[in-house]
Amino acid sequence: MKNWIERLERLRAHRAAPWLGIALIAVTLFILPFALASVGTAWVRITNLAILFALLSLGLNIVVGFAGLLDLGYIAFYAVGAYCYALLASPHFGLHLPFWVILPIGAAVACVFGVLLGAPTLKLRGDYLAIVTLGFGEIVRIFLNNLSQPINITNGPQGVTLIDPFRIGGVDFSRTDSVLGLAASGPIKYYYLLLAVLVLAIIVNLRLQHSRIGRAWVAIREDEVAAQAMGINTRNVKLLAFAMGAGFGGVAGGIFAATQGFISPESFVFVESIMVLSMVVLGGMGNVWGVVLGAILLSFVPEILRYTVEPAQKAVFGRLLIEPEVIRMLLFGLALVLMMLYRPAGLWPSKRRKREFAETDPS
Amino acid sequence: MQAATLLEIRHIEKRFGGLTALADVSLTIKHREIYGLIGPNGAGKTTLFNVLTGLYVPDRGRFEFDGASLVGLKPYRVAESGIARTFQNIRLFGNMTAIENVMVGRHVRSHAGAIGAILRTRRTREEEVAIRRRSRELLAYVGISQHASALSRNLPYGDQRRLEIARALATEPKLLALDEPAAGMNATETAELRRLLEKIRDDGVTVLLIEHDVKLVMGLCDRVAVLDYGRKIAEGEPALVQKDPEVIRAYLGGALP
Repeated sequence: MKNWIERLERLRAHRAAPWLGIALIAVTLFILPFALASVGTAWVRITNLAILFALLSLGLNIVVGFAGLLDLGYIAFYAVGAYCYALLASPHFGLHLPFWVILPIGAAVACVFGVLLGAPTLKLRGDYLAIVTLGFGEIVRIFLNNLSQPINITNGPQGVTLIDPFRIGGVDFSRTDSVLGLAASGPIKYYYLLLAVLVLAIIVNLRLQHSRIGRAWVAIREDEVAAQAMGINTRNVKLLAFAMGAGFGGVAGGIFAATQGFISPESFVFVESIMVLSMVVLGGMGNVWGVVLGAILLSFVPEILRYTVEPAQKAVFGRLLIEPEVIRMLLFGLALVLMMLYRPAGLWPSKRRKREFAETDPS
Repeated sequence: MQAATLLEIRHIEKRFGGLTALADVSLTIKHREIYGLIGPNGAGKTTLFNVLTGLYVPDRGRFEFDGASLVGLKPYRVAESGIARTFQNIRLFGNMTAIENVMVGRHVRSHAGAIGAILRTRRTREEEVAIRRRSRELLAYVGISQHASALSRNLPYGDQRRLEIARALATEPKLLALDEPAAGMNATETAELRRLLEKIRDDGVTVLLIEHDVKLVMGLCDRVAVLDYGRKIAEGEPALVQKDPEVIRAYLGGALP
């Protein structure tokens, strides 16, 4: 036993150890969708949704985690991205632009919306900002619901249907292809695409965090007056945070619309904003890895519950006593309370947050 | 030797409702001097700082810094034009490390934007290295290198004051405005602060100093001005100002009959 531990320790200290770790993770992530597909394609879809939420969380992390601006209407940017894609690639307007044209457009439009939200709220902080952003999220949803007349733009509550899937060359993301004898279904292809986008998003997040702009965001979070006195143009830097965060939401929304093939305003309700915020807070505000972890946990646990709670109750009581949905909310509430008590900085906090909570003020 | 004027404050007036915080204050600060601003509590010293650094807009008057008018400029523009300040109630970025605080000070003298950061261009990387190097130098300059990676809020009080000075110096100011830097310091720390300020002056930065420690002001400053109820009641060399009957009355109350 001891011998084994020693061997492991030596392995850990080896120069190639980090690379080996990365290679292992890469191989696991590569095989993952096929393993999941053997259990059921539903799990691949769930994974894809989890990655989408990770993208959203990374975007919100810029606004909330870095710049400290509490945004309760973040899902609006997801909606903007999704509708951009839906309207430009569906029979609704008869437009069928390729996705690599629409995704940047969606991101740009979301950025504009980010600035639209940011500009009037520059002087607000904390609770007041939260209220305005909450209102913003609702306004966007209500517009989507009602912009079916006088000119039908969004098709109202019915939503937009028959949205084009992604197509690269001859590869259609909605069909199953056979690659090297493996059946690559639509969700599996989207999985790889999403994974690539997620890796890109993580890199962008990390690089921003350790940059001049990232420092300016944290400085504003810490003390806006001092940040200004140090020569930081707080207006521009805050708007940049809103725009960058919104851009992530826009991209995620576009991919969401393509994977689903159908979107309606119902997908962009207030609870979704709270969900994304919970992912950021639970995982560890400000830490890119923590935020991704939070998103994946909060996406998967409800699904796992759905598949275990019902059979378990039927086995024990012979019938369904409590709906999985109810248990989900109960556990969710419990988890948040426990988090606040035992890990207020999040499951995987950033170094900064960890110290913020751990090291007490000497004064 | 008649040094050139760096900052000229002319007839500044600032009112808050019925309270006149500054009434017709005019000062002239010359290059490479340490200029003291003293006066009883509530005399308007900090208000003058806030007007000067763009936090408040004056109701009347103007000031010229290095040949350009600064009135109505946003605080970040003021910092850009070469005035850096510290705060009476220390305002560091508490949850950033000491070196990060100084690095934020470099913001105004560096250029990397979001795109540069995301693409991590060579220019961005080089700039980042330069920012870190300069920040280290500044920590050493004020003598708190040992705290570089400590959270700034965990620094001892006197070192927090020093860090604020280092952060302000990082913006490469022509005028360094210090709001009661010696407040809460013991005699040893005050003596060290005095040496630091003299070093800063000798390195070519003009210093504007609000201070309650009269001994420090009298020993250190080339010239002082005394504010009382928003008015300048005296200005000149410390030794002369100290004997001014108006100043004595402001500090000690009315003369005995």
